Amino acid sequence: MFEVKNHRWRKVKNGVMESLALGAAGLALVPLALVFYHVVKAGVSSLNWAFFTQLPKPTGEVGGGMANAIVGTFILLGEAAAIGVPVGVLGGVYLSEYGATRLNWWIRFGADILNGVPSIVWGVVVAGLLVVHRITLFGHVLLRRGNSALAGGLVLGLMMIPLVMRTTEEVLRLVPGGYREAALALGVARWRTTLQIVVRTALKGIVTGVLLALARVAGETAPLLFTSGVNLYWMRNLTQPVAALPVQIFSYAIAPYADWHRQAWAAALVLLVFVLLINVGVRVLTRDRFQQNR
Amino acid sequence: MNTIMIDRGEMDTGASPAEPPLSGQAPPSTPALQSLPPSSSTAPALSVKDLCVYFGPNQVLRSVSLEVPARAVTAIIGPSGCGKSTFLRSLNRMHDLVPSARVEGEVKLFGQDIYGPGVEAVLVRRRVGMVFQKSNPFPTMSVSDNVTVGLRLNGLRRRALLAERMEQSLVMAALWDEVKDRLNAPAISLSGGQQQRLCIARALAVQPEVLLMDEPASALDPLATAKIEDLILSLKKDYTIVIVTHNMQQAARVSDFTAFFYLGELIEYDTTSKIFTSPSQKRTEDYVTGRFG
Ligand SMILES: Nc1ncnc2c1ncn2[C@@H]1O[C@H](COP(=O)(O)OP(=O)(O)OP(=O)(O)O)[C@@H](O)[C@H]1O
Ligand SMILES: [Mg+2]
Repeated sequence: MFEVKNHRWRKVKNGVMESLALGAAGLALVPLALVFYHVVKAGVSSLNWAFFTQLPKPTGEVGGGMANAIVGTFILLGEAAAIGVPVGVLGGVYLSEYGATRLNWWIRFGADILNGVPSIVWGVVVAGLLVVHRITLFGHVLLRRGNSALAGGLVLGLMMIPLVMRTTEEVLRLVPGGYREAALALGVARWRTTLQIVVRTALKGIVTGVLLALARVAGETAPLLFTSGVNLYWMRNLTQPVAALPVQIFSYAIAPYADWHRQAWAAALVLLVFVLLINVGVRVLTRDRFQQNR
Repeated sequence: MNTIMIDRGEMDTGASPAEPPLSGQAPPSTPALQSLPPSSSTAPALSVKDLCVYFGPNQVLRSVSLEVPARAVTAIIGPSGCGKSTFLRSLNRMHDLVPSARVEGEVKLFGQDIYGPGVEAVLVRRRVGMVFQKSNPFPTMSVSDNVTVGLRLNGLRRRALLAERMEQSLVMAALWDEVKDRLNAPAISLSGGQQQRLCIARALAVQPEVLLMDEPASALDPLATAKIEDLILSLKKDYTIVIVTHNMQQAARVSDFTAFFYLGELIEYDTTSKIFTSPSQKRTEDYVTGRFG
């Protein structure tokens, strides 16, 4: 009486659905494989020691490297983290721990919109604010007109804020209320409870969010084009333009020199490996967390 | 660090368990209470007067008045939803964290109104500790760090003192022998019963005067429950304990006084033996004999 009608037909349908789903999932991996194949194939042959240690050669000369752009990318990411991490984390703490008000709804809504703003728009806005003007304070020139590492770091940092804020809020919400109550019942002040118990408990999740946000902005090109600009030499201070790998890839790839194309591939490989390493780091962190909370 | 600390000598001369509590519902004029000596000579640890608690428009506690004697165990019983936890949490101002909660009335801790103007909830909670139904040791911390966390987050740095308090608290919580070889292990590697005793040790480490326990053993097996009960009995020589429990036998075993709550009201408050053998209220009798609730 429990026999299923058309048992075989059901099995066939099930099999078809399963293979379709598997096919779709597999299809998602195809672009990844393609990207890897191409970048590694073209990049590895162009990578050499000079790429990591030398400055770009003047137009027409063969050789040289992108040492300044590699360092520049780290400088920009450092600036971005300096802006994006404190503001993003504190904002996330506010959303999760304080004020259950309408304001929260608006902040969250705003952050979600900001996450969807195309990066080139960010670039144009910051360029309009910082790059086309001379920034002065009481007659002192703080930032001369033109591209600068400050402007580039600011764009990336601003882009990180909503990303970090939302992930921080999410992971803090996962911290059970019992831990907050336990700490408060020990006579621990609210802010200490928030920082040393709640944030501490969710720290791995927060770091994960920060790393993913860094990986996301590390490859941004459009907003840097108008802000950090191009620099073929070492940057001397943050008010000067600074070279960055994505921008360098862009300008080398559209240039008419085969040697520059090769270097663009090498830069693409370095950037890809960098982002990959961040993701591996995230995996290691989250796996560890799983084991601890088992 | 404890600016509203009242001289703990007051506790040493505190009421003995044999003395009766005062209750709005069971006034001292009842025959059973008359036979006991008056309590005016010693101060109760907590004296609650006309306590009303609201969550938004809902009144959850209705004008509750009772006195919790020092160095005794007072049990709070009553059917689910009658306001036992709400009552307990108003004794250390945990409702401050719930925006919709409103507390009216007076709760005096050794004579001082904890809801009075200028009283810091944080300082009240250092003197009135709490143990929760679901054990909640901090998962990122070791066994020993869990015990000392309250001291460390309140600014105590001296290692020797921390170690001393840690051992002392674990011994008091009857956990030291089981964990002394794994003090650096993660707290969440302990068993459920050990975790709950760790939470008790954590609460004891800040040296509160009163310990509130909200169904501390309801998630534990009989053996672990027995350990917690023994622990409660041994703690009452130094601490004033208020315990919420659903388990009638437990209330009878560990407590000196019992308060029966029903629908937000304190129905009866008396010595535990009186409540369980000859309660003056019909509803109390029905509840303790298992006829409802
Ligand atoms: N934070 C809150 N917000 C709104 N209502 C609440 C809140 N906490 C408790 N209540 C309400 O107050 C009433 C009493 O709750 P309380 O937790 O004190 O009951 P209890 O006697 O401890 O029950 P139990 O035995 O099930 O733990 C319940 O009706 C509950 O819904
Ligand atoms: Mg309860």
